[in-house]
Amino acid sequence: MAIVFQKPHALTDAVLHYCPGCPHGIIHRLVAEAIDHLGIEGEAIGVAPVGCAVMAYDYFACDMIEAAHGRAPATATGIKRCRPDNIVFTYQGDGDLASIGMAETVHAAARNENITVIFVNNAIYGMTGGQMAPTSLPGQVTQTSPYGRDVNHCGWPIRVCELLSTLEGPEYVARVAVNNVKNVKAAGKAIQKAFQNQIDKKGFSLIEVVSACPTNWGMTPQKALEWVESDMIPYYPLGVYKDRSAAKEAEAR
Amino acid sequence: MKTTQILIAGFGGQGILFAGKFLAYKGLLEDLQVSWLPSYGPEMRGGTANCNVILSDDPVGSPIITDPDVLIAMNLPSLQKYVDAVVPGGQIYVDSTLISEKVSRTDVQTYYIPATQMANDAGVPTLANMVMMGHVLKNNPELSFDGTEATVAKLVPPSKAQLVELNMKALQAGKDYQP
Amino acid sequence: MAERVLMKGNEAIAEAAIRAGCRHYFGYPITPQTEVAAYMAKKMPKIGGVFLQAESEIASINMVYGAAAAGMRVMTSSSSPGISLKSEGLSYIAGSDVPAFVVNVQRGGPGLGGIQPSQSDYFQATKGGGHGDYRMIVLAPASVQEMASLTIKGFNLADKYLMTSMILADGTIGQMMEPITFEDAAVETYDKPWALTGTKLQRKHNIVNSLYLKPDELEKKNIERFERYKVVEENEVMYEEYRMEDAEICVVAFGIASRVAKNAVAEARKAGVKVGLIRPITLWPFPKMALRAAAERVKSFVCVELNMGQMIEDVRLATECKRPVSLCNRTGGMIPSPDQVLASIREAQKGVN
Repeated sequence: MAIVFQKPHALTDAVLHYCPGCPHGIIHRLVAEAIDHLGIEGEAIGVAPVGCAVMAYDYFACDMIEAAHGRAPATATGIKRCRPDNIVFTYQGDGDLASIGMAETVHAAARNENITVIFVNNAIYGMTGGQMAPTSLPGQVTQTSPYGRDVNHCGWPIRVCELLSTLEGPEYVARVAVNNVKNVKAAGKAIQKAFQNQIDKKGFSLIEVVSACPTNWGMTPQKALEWVESDMIPYYPLGVYKDRSAAKEAEAR
Repeated sequence: MKTTQILIAGFGGQGILFAGKFLAYKGLLEDLQVSWLPSYGPEMRGGTANCNVILSDDPVGSPIITDPDVLIAMNLPSLQKYVDAVVPGGQIYVDSTLISEKVSRTDVQTYYIPATQMANDAGVPTLANMVMMGHVLKNNPELSFDGTEATVAKLVPPSKAQLVELNMKALQAGKDYQP
Repeated sequence: MAERVLMKGNEAIAEAAIRAGCRHYFGYPITPQTEVAAYMAKKMPKIGGVFLQAESEIASINMVYGAAAAGMRVMTSSSSPGISLKSEGLSYIAGSDVPAFVVNVQRGGPGLGGIQPSQSDYFQATKGGGHGDYRMIVLAPASVQEMASLTIKGFNLADKYLMTSMILADGTIGQMMEPITFEDAAVETYDKPWALTGTKLQRKHNIVNSLYLKPDELEKKNIERFERYKVVEENEVMYEEYRMEDAEICVVAFGIASRVAKNAVAEARKAGVKVGLIRPITLWPFPKMALRAAAERVKSFVCVELNMGQMIEDVRLATECKRPVSLCNRTGGMIPSPDQVLASIREAQKGVN
């Protein structure tokens, strides 16, 4: 009998701890599928963040390390510089990557560090219970912006892909979403490309995945995905923000 | 057993640390125990610089010199700062081109060498420090002049080998100087 | 015998690290340890190693964490304010039980402080700095030769006990030159089955981690770690005794302070004062037993430190306050003169007679 669907090999049998309706499960799966597809599980070393995905080290079947908050790109740099033949990736949330870890993110990108960064943007601090994130939208109500994010008081959301794409360093910077089947399929392709780039020694690839947090947004999972479409994606447009190799090829033509 | 504590002081840029290194390497090549301690940090860039060199038959204790046996003063503030610290019977070397003041102490041996002027005259204007060193060697027979060239060669990177000759010229001028 | 070469203390650390098999250095510039980074920047590319200047001390220690987890001999170096920034990473490294080698060439503090030599990070190094129950092996060199030998030792101990070894030096020892010889480095190698190498699909995945959400698990982990620390305390204490045979007064000093103190002890001995010196070489584990034994013989202790009195607390603990312990100190980048130490010895002698 033909197998038409199964759990990716690169995921362990551990039961995910994520909330009902949380897209982290989808994104884990996309990462694992990419690892399976490229046959790199035996070489892969993953770096888990501090945030909701803090226990990702239990879920991915490859070697894993738990980084300090925001420092995953630095920790990944240390590993990759020691073991350039391994495939090193980080899996980080918006608070981890774009707030406390912004320096590590920008500088790893500027160095074109040959790693793959999976950046899950759900516009909120999930693990600590729903505080304002660097990517929370203007007016967004969170535990620490109870009257809505006032940009005059606490500044504007950071568009990470746009920011990084101004750098000479990174190879590939793209934003995808996981709010519908079409977007999930596109996200999977982008993640796979981000790993392929590393295999090809092209350098720093970051995939920003626009995600949802039904629990902390106070929405049903269905409503949360609709809000991704209506509010998140207009502020964080999907697309490829930088693709050095593609740009070079286009130039060559 | 003998221990000689040498304090070299002047402006940043006068080659104070280099002169100290010269003495330290000289000691090293003569199988002495040696320590070399520089002042460091922003004051090195144009401010005052000093360097502590200890040469000894025995392991060096503290590398920090409080009572030098030998003071080499390359500018007035350095002379004023350290003149009283020199041990009785010690030596003070003064670059008399840059320092017109005389040492009033009578319990020390003072040598006035117009080192900056001599370096200029010899066509090696940046090597007044080594003119001073030449005269220091002359008056400290335990640091014989022999082996000086080998010492300088250790200090100068191979890519700048021509500097060995210039340094030797300055050292020789200092050695030959008669007040 | 190997050739004697003149080297700065900071350079001696770098050269010794390379000889100890370290091929990965991550750092960030700060006075007065910059020569370590400069030496590595020059040498590493020529020997197939990695020198990387990170964007911050925080990033550099986390690079060290990653490289250590990958099973490599790796190091960073900094000076006091930079070590404060690295303290987060040092805690994670301790909590993950990976070996690292860290150098602190101390300068005056707190805050931005100054750049002149200091020993005011004694508490930070020996008592923590980062959060949580953990220890580091703290090595205090007093010469350029020891900068080299304790570096090699530090790498070995880190690998042996899966923890951080820290060289706690100061601006003087870092900046000064002395002749040293590099004998064949006694490099010990240890298997690292826990390292992140990729599973090659041949084994269950390795996880390097310091997160234990179940308190009983975390407690167990901490207790296990402290059992390992106990072995370190039993086996790895290092100290030097000088003229202690008939001493009535015991000076205790480490690093550069011990060099000054040695001069003062020699001077006092000439004057007939029965004084000796105990120089802790490992600050953690602290030479408690040696001091306790000394407390049975001597009548008084004098601690010489470049801080407001930090090691003195450990001396009092080790001697169980059986004898008076006085402090001879300078701080902020100042260094006591041998005369100041001599005066303190004479003061202590008054209490003895």
